[in-house]
Amino acid sequence: MLRINSPEELEKLRQEILSRSDPSKPCISICAGAGCLASGAGEVIAAFKAEIEKQGLTTDVNTKGTGCPGFCERGPVVIIYPEEICYLRVKPDDVPEIISQTIREKRVVDRLLYVDPTTGEKAIHESDIPFYKNQKRNLISYNSKIDSKSIDDYLAIGGYSALAKVLFKMTAEQVLEEVKKSNLRGRGGGGFPAGNKWEGSRNAPEPIKYVLVNADEGDPGAFMDRALLEGNPHSILEGLTIGAYAIGSHEGYIYVRQEYPLAVVNVNIAIRQAEEYGLLGKNILGSGFDFTVKVHQGAGAFVCGESTALMTALEGRAGEPRPKYIRSNIVGLWGRPTVLNNVETWANVPLIINKGADWFTQFGTEKSKGTKIFSLVGKITNTGLVEVPMGITLRDIIYKIGGGIPGGKKFKAVQTGGPSGGCIPEKLLDLEVGFDELTKAGSMMGSGGMIVMDEDTCMVDVARYFLNFLIDESCGKCTPCREGIRQMLKILTNITKGKGKEGDIELLEELAEVAIDASLCALGKSAPNPLLSTVRYFRDEYEAHVKEKRCPALSCKELIAYHIDPSKCQACMICLKKCPADAIEGGKNRIHVIDQGKCTKCGTCIEVCPARFGAVNKISGQPVPAPIPEDARTLVRKSKEQ
Amino acid sequence: MNKGRVDQIIEKHHGEASSLIQVLLEIQSEHHWLPKEALDRISEKLQVPLTRILYIATFYKAFSLVPKGRHEVHVCVGTACHVRGAPRILDTVQDLTGIKPGETDADLKFSLETVNCLGCCALGPVLEVNGKTYGNMGPSKTAEVLKNYE
Ligand SMILES: Cc1cc2nc3c(=O)[nH]c(=O)nc-3n(C[C@H](O)[C@H](O)[C@H](O)COP(=O)(O)O)c2cc1C
Ligand code: SF4
Ligand code: SF4
Ligand code: SF4
Ligand code: FES
Ligand code: FES
Repeated sequence: MLRINSPEELEKLRQEILSRSDPSKPCISICAGAGCLASGAGEVIAAFKAEIEKQGLTTDVNTKGTGCPGFCERGPVVIIYPEEICYLRVKPDDVPEIISQTIREKRVVDRLLYVDPTTGEKAIHESDIPFYKNQKRNLISYNSKIDSKSIDDYLAIGGYSALAKVLFKMTAEQVLEEVKKSNLRGRGGGGFPAGNKWEGSRNAPEPIKYVLVNADEGDPGAFMDRALLEGNPHSILEGLTIGAYAIGSHEGYIYVRQEYPLAVVNVNIAIRQAEEYGLLGKNILGSGFDFTVKVHQGAGAFVCGESTALMTALEGRAGEPRPKYIRSNIVGLWGRPTVLNNVETWANVPLIINKGADWFTQFGTEKSKGTKIFSLVGKITNTGLVEVPMGITLRDIIYKIGGGIPGGKKFKAVQTGGPSGGCIPEKLLDLEVGFDELTKAGSMMGSGGMIVMDEDTCMVDVARYFLNFLIDESCGKCTPCREGIRQMLKILTNITKGKGKEGDIELLEELAEVAIDASLCALGKSAPNPLLSTVRYFRDEYEAHVKEKRCPALSCKELIAYHIDPSKCQACMICLKKCPADAIEGGKNRIHVIDQGKCTKCGTCIEVCPARFGAVNKISGQPVPAPIPEDARTLVRKSKEQ
Repeated sequence: MNKGRVDQIIEKHHGEASSLIQVLLEIQSEHHWLPKEALDRISEKLQVPLTRILYIATFYKAFSLVPKGRHEVHVCVGTACHVRGAPRILDTVQDLTGIKPGETDADLKFSLETVNCLGCCALGPVLEVNGKTYGNMGPSKTAEVLKNYE
């Protein structure tokens, strides 16, 4: 591979790559993101390769494994270029038809298209699907256009032109000014203005400085950073290099969580390719600017996503936060000025440079500019990654893009901000998404987890869930966090078990205050948020647990009982055979009855009872109806009655 | 795990003490746990006290100081899977294997771990056995899946 020594050579290479690829040549892009791989994308890719060879089309068709374009719900997702035909839920069996119909005959395979559930209309192109139509995909739309392992693909879409621009046409100060003007705020949690952080480091006297990518993605329900890093690693490297140039750093690190092996592989490939082309390393593009990047894998500790803990971990020690008397952009990694930004923050940088701060600020609200990627998951029809302009309402995200709540259930709350965030109730759905707006509602933007909850989700359990998550993650250095979380968790667990006492809710609120006021780092300070927001908006659910020993969502195991409705049971015996506790009495033509003494509440019976019967119920806060007497258990079938 | 291999891994990371975590990760991923002899060797080569290595090995969740079972079961307890019923899946796995997260059974058949978001929330709740993902799990489906592993 040839080293590129100037911006002109870069442009020449780009033109070469573009001319090599015939725009009319079909390209099949198959999502190889985690979601699609889990639904069989690997087999689909193999099937395409085999079929293309079988039909002798190897030189006429390209295939690409790409990062997640967002619509994981309907994976494996396949997009055929240049027509941009979007096929969903593709199986290996569909492949021969796609090749012979779409590739050879230019005909669309109707049954693989998106069908609008309300209108019944079919959508051929990605952009016609309501899920995508209502988004603003400045960052994530590149994922399906490039092979995540190919630097040439990135160059073909204009990659590294922003880097060339800053190195040859802008001073470091100008870069800084542009980023400040864009008002880009950190996408990893706090929403701190990136430009100000950079400026602090730039002005620090210490000559050796570092730039870091936070790819720890600790929010347990989010995967947008993963999708960017796996799908478009060069965009992160380019952003990071631009940041390094702006602050005067020559060394960068990417801290990736250990659970993301593919991201590690892809980003390492990207680094190697960029080094070979001279886009990283010494004398980048002949500009005289040197910059190297190393990847550091995390080892499984949520607290390491916190800035000071991450830096301690990078130094090879146990990642414990330290007090921030001095900000880490002044005294950070190895005691030197260090800029740490989230993956998505860095991904925005090349766009801001290329298209300008004015372009960037046209999206969003006064204080929150640009777009934000959310991981829209939980009880939502269209699970996936969505990129939206700041300022869009939660309602639009959940209903217009997310397609609402599946199964005819009722919406209850949406959780944002992960373990540091909170639950937002129905009455606030018209809230505009932005850093300050979400904080005001008792939640926060966080890194982009957006978990939708329906009537079956217990809010007390959600609060308990996050504290239970954090109890393992608190580094234990300070008492209000370590002991406070333990105590809050203990009380909440008791409440979910029906052992809640009068006064517990107030006690929880007091403990929360202390943790907020006296914890050393943001983990402890924000740990009570899920609890406080659920108490604030769903106090009645807490009270039902405490006073009536009832779980309104029928979720808390200790407060519910499984019961077979004798008028619905059709004696199919499925539950009887599957019950692991032998707790179901029944037989052929016998109405089945659960022995409450034996039942372990595993939930198998409700899962296996055929939906057309729906005979198993959950009950809470009231006594289980007495089992019907033995002699009344013979089933009288309706069909025979007539 | 032989000494030579441990030395190779250490050398790959230029024998720097700051790469301790990376060295441990590589040994963990190759060997599935961290044998005492390997830790002694690292301590000697990197000039890091064994107590510090053990502290790190217990601080981070990726490391195991005991051998793992033949089949590694990972139950996703990420938020999306949680609200879709992950606790019932975890209960089922615990009942069937008799072990809790972080444990390995006596005949080294299963090791159980909980994980956070595997990136396939659309299929939640999900379960992973030896890296293979099973989606839309229920208690009964979970029992069926585990039956396939000997
Ligand atoms: C306990 C804790 C965990 C965090 N985890 C992450 C994380 O996984 N990813 C991330 O980007 N930021 C995380 N943060 C925020 C970082 O401390 C830091 O603010 C951020 O990486 C800065 O980048 P940004 O300004 O671009 O958002 C976490 C903070 C805390 C307190
Ligand atoms: S607040 Fe919690 S996580 Fe942060 S330093 Fe204190 S104990 Fe550690
Ligand atoms: S909940 Fe589980 S143990 Fe109880 S009756 Fe149903 S299948 Fe049996
Ligand atoms: S599965 Fe449902 S219908 Fe069948 S025996 Fe059990 S309760 Fe009755
Ligand atoms: S993983 Fe394929 S669309 Fe998200
Ligand atoms: S939360 Fe389980 S896969 Fe995302």
